[in-house]
Amino acid sequence: MISTESTQKSQLSNWWWPLLLFLATIGILAGYHSVLDVYETSILIMTAVAMGFLGHFWPAFRWHSIAVAVLSLTALQLYGADLGRADSNFWLQYLLSSQSALMWMSALFLAATVTYFTGLWRRSDYLEKIGTVLTWTATTFGMTGLMVRWRETHMMGEDIGYIPVSNLYEVFILFAVVTALLYLFYERRYQTRKLGGFVLLVISAAVFFQLWYMFERNAHEIQPLVPALQSYWMKIHVPANFIGYGAFAMAAMIGVAYLLVAWRHEKNPASSWVQAMPSLSLMDDVMYKSIALGFAFFTVATILGALWAAEAWGGYWSWDPKETWALIVWLNYAAWLHMRMTKGWSGVPMAWWAIVGLFVTLFAFLGVNMFLSGLHSYGTL
Amino acid sequence: MTSMSDQAHTRLHKLAFRRRLVHFLGSMELAITLLLTLAIASVIGTVLQQNQPYTDYVIKFGPFWFEVFEKLGLYDVYSAVWFLAILALLVVSTTVCVVRNAPAMVRDIWQLRTQVQKKSLRLMQHHAEWSAPQSVSAITPVYQQQLKAQGFRSRLTEKNGAVLISAMRGGMNRLGYLFTHIAIVVICIGGLMDSNMPLKIAEWQGKLKIETRDLAIRDIPAESRLPVSDLAFRGSVSIPEGRGAEVAFLPVRDGYLLQALPFRIEVEDFRIEHYSNGQPKSFESDLLIHDPDRESPLAETISVNHPLIYKGHAIYQASFGDGGSKLSIEAWPLDTRIGEQPVSLDTKVFANSELRWGDTTLKLEMTNFRPFNINADPTEADPDNIRNFGPSIGYKLRAPTGEAREFENYMLPVPRDGREFYLSGVRNSPAEEFAYLYLPVDENGELDKFVAFSDALRDADKTERVANAMMRDALSVLPDKDPQLENNLQSTLETLIKMFMRGGFDEVRNFVENELPEVDRDNLAPAYLGMLREMLARMYFTEIVPDANPEDPEQVQFLQDAVDAIGSLPRYGSPVFLKLIDYEHIQSTGLQIAKAPGKNTVYFGCLLLVVGVFLLFYLPQRRIWLWLEADGNGSKVLMAGTSNRNPREFDAVFVSQQQMLASINGNSVGSDKT
Repeated sequence: MISTESTQKSQLSNWWWPLLLFLATIGILAGYHSVLDVYETSILIMTAVAMGFLGHFWPAFRWHSIAVAVLSLTALQLYGADLGRADSNFWLQYLLSSQSALMWMSALFLAATVTYFTGLWRRSDYLEKIGTVLTWTATTFGMTGLMVRWRETHMMGEDIGYIPVSNLYEVFILFAVVTALLYLFYERRYQTRKLGGFVLLVISAAVFFQLWYMFERNAHEIQPLVPALQSYWMKIHVPANFIGYGAFAMAAMIGVAYLLVAWRHEKNPASSWVQAMPSLSLMDDVMYKSIALGFAFFTVATILGALWAAEAWGGYWSWDPKETWALIVWLNYAAWLHMRMTKGWSGVPMAWWAIVGLFVTLFAFLGVNMFLSGLHSYGTL
Repeated sequence: MTSMSDQAHTRLHKLAFRRRLVHFLGSMELAITLLLTLAIASVIGTVLQQNQPYTDYVIKFGPFWFEVFEKLGLYDVYSAVWFLAILALLVVSTTVCVVRNAPAMVRDIWQLRTQVQKKSLRLMQHHAEWSAPQSVSAITPVYQQQLKAQGFRSRLTEKNGAVLISAMRGGMNRLGYLFTHIAIVVICIGGLMDSNMPLKIAEWQGKLKIETRDLAIRDIPAESRLPVSDLAFRGSVSIPEGRGAEVAFLPVRDGYLLQALPFRIEVEDFRIEHYSNGQPKSFESDLLIHDPDRESPLAETISVNHPLIYKGHAIYQASFGDGGSKLSIEAWPLDTRIGEQPVSLDTKVFANSELRWGDTTLKLEMTNFRPFNINADPTEADPDNIRNFGPSIGYKLRAPTGEAREFENYMLPVPRDGREFYLSGVRNSPAEEFAYLYLPVDENGELDKFVAFSDALRDADKTERVANAMMRDALSVLPDKDPQLENNLQSTLETLIKMFMRGGFDEVRNFVENELPEVDRDNLAPAYLGMLREMLARMYFTEIVPDANPEDPEQVQFLQDAVDAIGSLPRYGSPVFLKLIDYEHIQSTGLQIAKAPGKNTVYFGCLLLVVGVFLLFYLPQRRIWLWLEADGNGSKVLMAGTSNRNPREFDAVFVSQQQMLASINGNSVGSDKT
């Protein structure tokens, strides 16, 4: 009896997630099939499949998705068809309009960074757990903000709506959310919260930039898409790219932690901080995993970019500055991975290299838009 | 004998050299060096803008460095010989690597290592031992079954008295290596198929010549033309609405080549759609493809992100421009020497005509037309005050010496401070900002009054009359007539007007500065300027608006504006103001036409790369060995395992596998991990 029940229970816990995704997909298709073309439908289905796998291996992701869905749908319900309610409805104004949700995200990410570091400093597991909770909440608000903003673009005008990953402001949010999710995944996988502060540091930097960009340049204002960006490719090219960027950024921050620990360890192997931090081999491993994941997705993203370029710019490769810098980033990490996998390099030099890699990536992501002109100029400072 | 041994020696030497060369080419050091070299070399082309007009580079770097950079191929780095050589070396290195490693890799996909010894298993990082109550023959199939359930393939080998089960999972990981590396070679080959290599070779052989002159299509010489072929190209062509083209221009360095197309593209219409805030929403062209192979032309609309693929040619919406809009223009004389009445002129954008001005002939080159200008006031600093300034034309006036001034005229009067002006911008070179001339508009919204005033000031009789009247009024206070003084004053007044018409107020100031004795300057300058203003006002109120009240603020304002405008005419440098009366907007669409026969090869390579990368990172190749020996009625088991990826994860995997196998008979012996 008992065993049957537990089997049933485990079967149920295995099945409710895909079932929920299946129903959600059917629901979206039923409601919006008239405005979705075949590509968008495929992307929707593939998203559901990807979420299914992710949730299968990572139960927390299911609850995150559900929270995002509930919050976003609530916001949509509160909005109705009136964008003006962002300033008149209490819940929208202070919690759920994309701007408010993103403000919460920013505040929570900053709070999480401080909490993780305080926890590390005071050796407090409790504080570190709070850090995890804050990071999860921030990520949920960030994702909700993006979802609600998606709806808001459609409310701006019938022909304006677009997925909010089209300009520098929007992708900075995406960057913060994706990096946080990647970190949370590895946090659970490796059962250590000690690296949280380090990874959250780069997210905080992104948050500060995004706040500056918003207050100084009004970058948060929704602008209709230029013709070159009106394509379903954007829905897969940009997110794939930011999984890459996020993973590279995380690897670099773990590299920083690695170098600090290695440095302290050399001076005083018995230092209580060195004892508190994860082992060097663990950090080395996360760094490698992160770069491998980033590399895989960056490869996919660059190829998707080439496929898109073939449709929009008249050739799959034009040696445009953005393309070329994507290649430079790719070559750099390809060299890193060769060193690691076949030459067996690890430790301090690879950590340094991962940090240098972040600067190369940063230039490809931001520098190209700031300093170089080309076809890919969708975000300027 | 000696020679024989020498030969053998040389052969041996050669062999050793070849082996060393292959070793070097396939070495990881070379591969990593090449990856990083390529990365660094790629930076150049992103920092230095590629394929700009060579004159720009000369201006930027000066003649010496221009030459040096040109020799290095820096203006088109990605087709420079040295850059392609690095790429080629990378392909060779990768190929050598693949060829050398492929046999072992392929073997490794399937081979279950059965040649291992008990001792070596014990030395593996992951190993464990336990005893099972069943006999070896009884437990062997159970273990094999269990391994199979876990996705392991296994094989039995008899080892004098013992049984070895060799098992493996994830052999496809090795395919990951092969796929990724072959992919690089495949992508580069595809890229080479789509490169301009054949053109470069033809150019070196002297069969092709890059055309750098701006010629009509029919005048382009045969040596700069490329026939229809299967080779790749990427070019562009601009086609006005209602017209067609069967060629594309391929940009090469500072010139171009003309590529023939196997069909003719006719453009029926080009459209820009806008969002409600004025931003462009879509660029679309209606095309007709005329192909001898077709019965009727193919009609297709293309837009950004939605190209037309026809016979392997992809036709993209790339840009747009003016296609020779028809313009009706009135040339209003600003100088009596060119005429006194406005002259009508029908022209087109990109057409040239001639203007005669006294002895000189100016060439009028229409360069641009814009049906609307949604922008900030071009004459104001405030960039936020965006509105529609209506249509505008752009043209150049070229003097016989070849110098040209560029003009930009707005069709509709622009309101400013409650009055309206025709706006005309002028500059001497594209590097300068436009300086604007404001021509005041009269009660009828026209330039008649302004032109009449400016004509009157050039009219010697009228000037004499007004000067005479002013002189009499001025001298009427004197008791005696002084003919000498009268003559002097009259001629001074007339000269002032002439000076003004020649160079504005500045001319009068210069005259005072340079021609009059220094002691008198401070007194005379204001006096002269006062007299000039008085003359201008008298001219206006007697000759142009004799019925108006000289106190009327509107008239005073108009006079002021007109005087300001006439005063700046000498700097304007054109004898006419070209006023746009009517237009027919004809646009041209900029199409990019590309043929990329290597595209599918590249895409295939990309697919291999993606599949390969994921196999490589996420399908670890894991091996497990079970060494079974009889131990009384039961058996002794030695288990060992390796994984080529994720050793950390394999720790857990090995322990769980081991526990599962060991627990089959209820025994559980802790794993031994060194």
